[in-house]
Amino acid sequence: MGTNHYNNDSMECREVLARLYTFLDGELTEERRIRIRRHLDECSPCLEAYEFEAELRQMVANRLRDRVPDMLRIKISRLIEKDSQSAN
Amino acid sequence: MADQSKFAEDAMVYIDALFSAAMRMTRNSAEAEDLVQETYLKAYRGYGSFQEGTNLKAWLYRILTNTFINSYRAKKRRPDESDLDEVEDLYLYRRLGGLEAVAAGRSAEEEVLDSFTDENVKAAIEALPEQFRLAVLLSDVEGFSYKEIAEIMDVPIGTVMSRLHRGRKALQKELYQFGANRGMVASRSGN
Repeated sequence: MGTNHYNNDSMECREVLARLYTFLDGELTEERRIRIRRHLDECSPCLEAYEFEAELRQMVANRLRDRVPDMLRIKISRLIEKDSQSAN
Repeated sequence: MADQSKFAEDAMVYIDALFSAAMRMTRNSAEAEDLVQETYLKAYRGYGSFQEGTNLKAWLYRILTNTFINSYRAKKRRPDESDLDEVEDLYLYRRLGGLEAVAAGRSAEEEVLDSFTDENVKAAIEALPEQFRLAVLLSDVEGFSYKEIAEIMDVPIGTVMSRLHRGRKALQKELYQFGANRGMVASRSGN
């Protein structure tokens, strides 16, 4: 592995880490996005931090999926139907 | 104008996502069911004013959020912004030693991520003050853009960004505490 990149402490590393969430959110300008992408290709500690954040986000999203109870789905469909009939 | 007779067909596909969000907002399944039902009825009645071709999912979330704020939230004391501690960036990653122990590889971190259960993550996000919880849910779970979240929550984009930033760090801290309590991650003294 490389030598002096271990602590992500170069100016560029710090800048990249500060913008990591915005990068993941897809909300950076094209120019900044490309700069960060390029840095991640060259700096393995920053790439690891990025991958960790991306996986963490995916994990959180996956764990928060509830399924609506069938009874409620049916009830809402019926209420909408009833509402549409009374309106006509 | 959207065709009201097509409402069920257009909108019901989002019901699981809306129900999941309602569960995190109310933290109570009976209230979540009422909230989703009220949201769908309001959306159905207002569907004539929905502009076709715009983002239906975001429109439904806006109704859900407003209904929650107006009818459900008032029942409980809501934690205030100051209840959120300042937390450093990349909190969980740093605690897991990622920035120091690169040579050890990433398998240990992946293992930690895998070890969180649905209940852990639900409890962690539900522990966040509401405005942070909502922002993180809308972004990280539902994938809305900053602009969409700003419209759903009716706040400026800058506010969305700061809520996301602080909310995510606080969520990581909650997750870390779960891990540390269960011995999933080594608790580091002095931190």
